[in-house]
Amino acid sequence: MQCGPPNAPCGRWGGEKILEALVYLCGFSAIIFVLGIFVFVFKEALPVLTNENFSLSQFLFSSDWYPTSESNKRYGVFAMIAGTVSVTGLAMVIAVPFGLGAAIYLSEFCGQKTRETLKIVIEFLAAVPSVVWGFIGLTVMSKLIVQYTGAPVGVNVLNGGIILALMSVPIIVSISEDALKAVPDSYREAAIALGVTRWQLVWRVLLPAAKQGLLAAVLLGVGRGVGETMAVLMATGHAVHIPHSVLDSVRTLTANIAAELGEAPAGSDHYRVLFLTGVLLFTITFGVNLIADTIVRGIRRK
Amino acid sequence: MVNVTASENHIEVRELRLSYGVKEVIHGISFDIRRNEILGVIGPAQSGKTSLLRCLNRTIDFTPDTHVSGTITVDGEDVRRVRNVYALRRKIGMVAPLPVGLPLSIYDNVAFAPRSAGLNRKGELDLMVEQCLRQAALWDEVKDRLDSLGTKLSGGQQQRLTIARALSHQPEILCLDEFSIAIDPVTTMRIEDVLKELRRHMTIILVTNLTQQARRLADRTMFLWKGEIVELDTTNVIFSDKPRDSRTRDYVEGIFG
Repeated sequence: MQCGPPNAPCGRWGGEKILEALVYLCGFSAIIFVLGIFVFVFKEALPVLTNENFSLSQFLFSSDWYPTSESNKRYGVFAMIAGTVSVTGLAMVIAVPFGLGAAIYLSEFCGQKTRETLKIVIEFLAAVPSVVWGFIGLTVMSKLIVQYTGAPVGVNVLNGGIILALMSVPIIVSISEDALKAVPDSYREAAIALGVTRWQLVWRVLLPAAKQGLLAAVLLGVGRGVGETMAVLMATGHAVHIPHSVLDSVRTLTANIAAELGEAPAGSDHYRVLFLTGVLLFTITFGVNLIADTIVRGIRRK
Repeated sequence: MVNVTASENHIEVRELRLSYGVKEVIHGISFDIRRNEILGVIGPAQSGKTSLLRCLNRTIDFTPDTHVSGTITVDGEDVRRVRNVYALRRKIGMVAPLPVGLPLSIYDNVAFAPRSAGLNRKGELDLMVEQCLRQAALWDEVKDRLDSLGTKLSGGQQQRLTIARALSHQPEILCLDEFSIAIDPVTTMRIEDVLKELRRHMTIILVTNLTQQARRLADRTMFLWKGEIVELDTTNVIFSDKPRDSRTRDYVEGIFG
């Protein structure tokens, strides 16, 4: 083996090579894990794609979900896609303004002490387990919704959306606040010296300067929304139904898998379709990440 | 906008004291700055030069735990009692030691202050941006790429961009805080020429580490040391053989220890 500089002891260089190889391995393990998960999920799902009773377009675009019917099994998850999209969408409509607003307040307007206190509280919010959120949705929130909107059932898109929003706000706040804090103070001083008000500073300098981080915050929130299972399973009513208003009950892709995988006989079509739903989820989150990445890269290049 | 009939003193500083926490950095200084003069402020690091400027436009407010006493008046108005602090800051152009390009295009950097003040008509903005960039001797170099990021310019160009930006809100007072720290001598000379041009219609405070720069440009020069004024006199006197204080001569000649 060729050693490094002429006088360096060989052993040290050998050690360095090993370390290098280890770090290399750690880096590439991420790819291996992602591929491994994809291969495993896809392998379980694959046989159903070639099954003559199954059609991919029906899977994607039909909302007939009768996996255990005796005579006519149908596997359409369109209603659940609509469920996931509507609950996540509503959650983001609530959580993004709230989260960004809170982050702006924390980083630009409040005093040191208030900030520390609020950050602890917000971090506490992030530590609440999702089943507890689901429980709150099922009991407290649903009663309130029935009482104030007159909806027949309290577990619906609105309930799930609010619960999911509360769950994503801490993530959005902490990442956005980091992004805003990362904007150099010299920008603030320069802008202030030009005679702008604090709001103009936020709108014209800080938000544009931090937009990359803010976008990452929002997309992580979306990711959380799409992937969240337990809370939405409990709070959305679990009805296979394309929602027409926020007071309709829905079922999401994740909740469907969680609720039915235990019941489906291993190797059955039902079982495989659930795995295919997993592949679909995987594709959606992959797509979201890819879009985020492209946007961020675009911003960077400019 | 302002009553120009006011006294010939544009800025009056009386018994100004500033402390960061318990550490006092400016110990009760008093002086005047005349209208349309260039006042050179020289002195070693940590003598309170930058702090003085920050008291003037009240950006000192953003540093926690500071205490200011005494008064600074601009056009006869106490800066700590002005009704509109944003208008005060627009009256004072500030150029920092290291150029701070806001993360905006060249055009937007210069148009930033006018836009924030409510000027939105494209034609007027275009005119204003061109005028400011010309004044800062940058126009010819950037006129074809006004849309590219200000931070992509070279150090010297960025510093001229911040000068153009400081001029964009049509200040009556221009403060330059060691503006030549990050730029080459040729560019420095170009900016010095610009300043000679600008003195005709504004008051300039030139804080500088280069004593020769004060000698070249300033009408009067103030030697600030450890938060106190050692001497303030016409530049000729400060740089002559016989300034009133021997420390001044030592500092100017570079044998200050």
